[in-house]
Amino acid sequence: MEPRKRDKVTGRTTTGHIWNGIEELETPIPKVVFAFLAGTFLFAVLCWVLYPAWPFGVSYTKGLLGFDQRNVVTEQVAKAEAARIEDWGGKVEALDYAQIEADPALMQPVREEGRRLFEDNCAACHGVKATGGPGFPDLTAKAWLWGGSSETIAETIRVGINGTAEDTRSSQMLSFGKDQMLDREQILNVVAYVRSLSDLEPAAGDAARIEPGKEIFAQNCASCHDEDAKGNQELGAPNLTDETWIYGSDQQAVYTTVYNGRQGHMPSWGERLTPLQIKILALYVHTLKAPQ
Amino acid sequence: MREFFHRKLERKTISLVVAIVAVASIGGFVEIAPLFTIHKTVEEVPDMRTYTPLELAGRDIYIREGCYACHSQMIRTLRDEVERYGPYSLAVESKYDHPMLWGSKRTGPDLARLGDKYSDAWHVAHLINPRDVVPQSVMPKYGWLQRNELDFSKLGLNLAAQRSVGVPYTQEMIDNASKDAYGQATPDTDAASGVSERYGEATNVRVFDGDPARVTEMDALVAYLQILGRLTDAAYKQSASADAPTPVGE
Repeated sequence: MEPRKRDKVTGRTTTGHIWNGIEELETPIPKVVFAFLAGTFLFAVLCWVLYPAWPFGVSYTKGLLGFDQRNVVTEQVAKAEAARIEDWGGKVEALDYAQIEADPALMQPVREEGRRLFEDNCAACHGVKATGGPGFPDLTAKAWLWGGSSETIAETIRVGINGTAEDTRSSQMLSFGKDQMLDREQILNVVAYVRSLSDLEPAAGDAARIEPGKEIFAQNCASCHDEDAKGNQELGAPNLTDETWIYGSDQQAVYTTVYNGRQGHMPSWGERLTPLQIKILALYVHTLKAPQ
Repeated sequence: MREFFHRKLERKTISLVVAIVAVASIGGFVEIAPLFTIHKTVEEVPDMRTYTPLELAGRDIYIREGCYACHSQMIRTLRDEVERYGPYSLAVESKYDHPMLWGSKRTGPDLARLGDKYSDAWHVAHLINPRDVVPQSVMPKYGWLQRNELDFSKLGLNLAAQRSVGVPYTQEMIDNASKDAYGQATPDTDAASGVSERYGEATNVRVFDGDPARVTEMDALVAYLQILGRLTDAAYKQSASADAPTPVGE
């Protein structure tokens, strides 16, 4: 350690450390850096006082502002909801379906909000364009299992089909093959008959099966699907004479349906969505048209 | 030059090390210690259920396949998340999660409120090939889950391990773990009756993968996915409770 002395160029004292002839000067930290550091410390202290900060024992300092992120988000959601109610949601709540549908200015926000709700909740199964897929009904086809008015659509959304709600819609097609109510020949006959109702391309040997199939249909299927096979919306039994086939229309698919039965499942949305959201969704679904 | 406190300290190695450790631990202490001492951190919820052995097996498959790398299970207290997914997550909802699967990245959507949102058939179709039901999906296929039989021979050990870290499984649950796992996915067998007896009436007992003849890894994973967010209703009650302030300006 060399004795301290004053550097001629800068006027600063040296520290007494010398490496290879280079002397270290005792230069203080610039004031601006020091001020910034002090500022951040003050800011931290201010936050400790205003916001929840220090834990002690079984509790913690709550802060003077009483800030709680949970309350903030609850407030934001409620505020947005209140704004929507005031803007157009209140009208949707108050009016009935026919009145809303007759009001294009009101349907505009309903469609926008409905689309958002549909994409968040329904699109996973029914598809972004609501055209469904194997096992999931096409909502643009207008081939409704439980009825296609906005009111019945809303009810279906609320309770679901074979869902968890107590008053859920429930429907089950029996396993005619697995439970040995019909044998293989009988199923092939009834499949041929059912497919002929929709004018589908007959499978090999189907021509001779249609007549006996009609008999089997009358005895086993007509109680739900009705004598004329046009279905029954009270029971959720589909119309078998139209072009819509939820589980596929080729011989194998229809055979599988008759053999194993079907029990489609749509979740109950009554707990997850508010009555207003369900109403908006029903109105939206009711306006859907098949994509061109 | 005057001998300041710090000047003295930095010349004594041991004291300096001790001082560094003490200062560096403040941050950790402030964040971690309260979780043990402040009882409000984890809400008191009487209806909180434990995972059944089958759901626990599904959870292990979820971890094994790395689902947590793309899916979070944590709805934050932000408006857009609450409006999209449902009520924000509460600490108690992951009380029996060892390890927790909150995740930190969302390539796919958050799954904290997935239970009962879609049908079992959808989950099976989606796991076999996500593009079949969601054309724009980038999720990989998990078709082998449907082919692999579930190995539930060691589930008792799994439950015992969970018990040792605080999950209240009874000895009876541990002894019957394999049987209950089998029974939960085969409602027509004798094994099914014990499941809701031991784990509550709200337990889903059904064929999850659409194939009643076999209990597959698909059964386990779908059983687990269908329980996400359904172990307690606390989050729904909390968001509907009266202590929420009324909106400003009303």
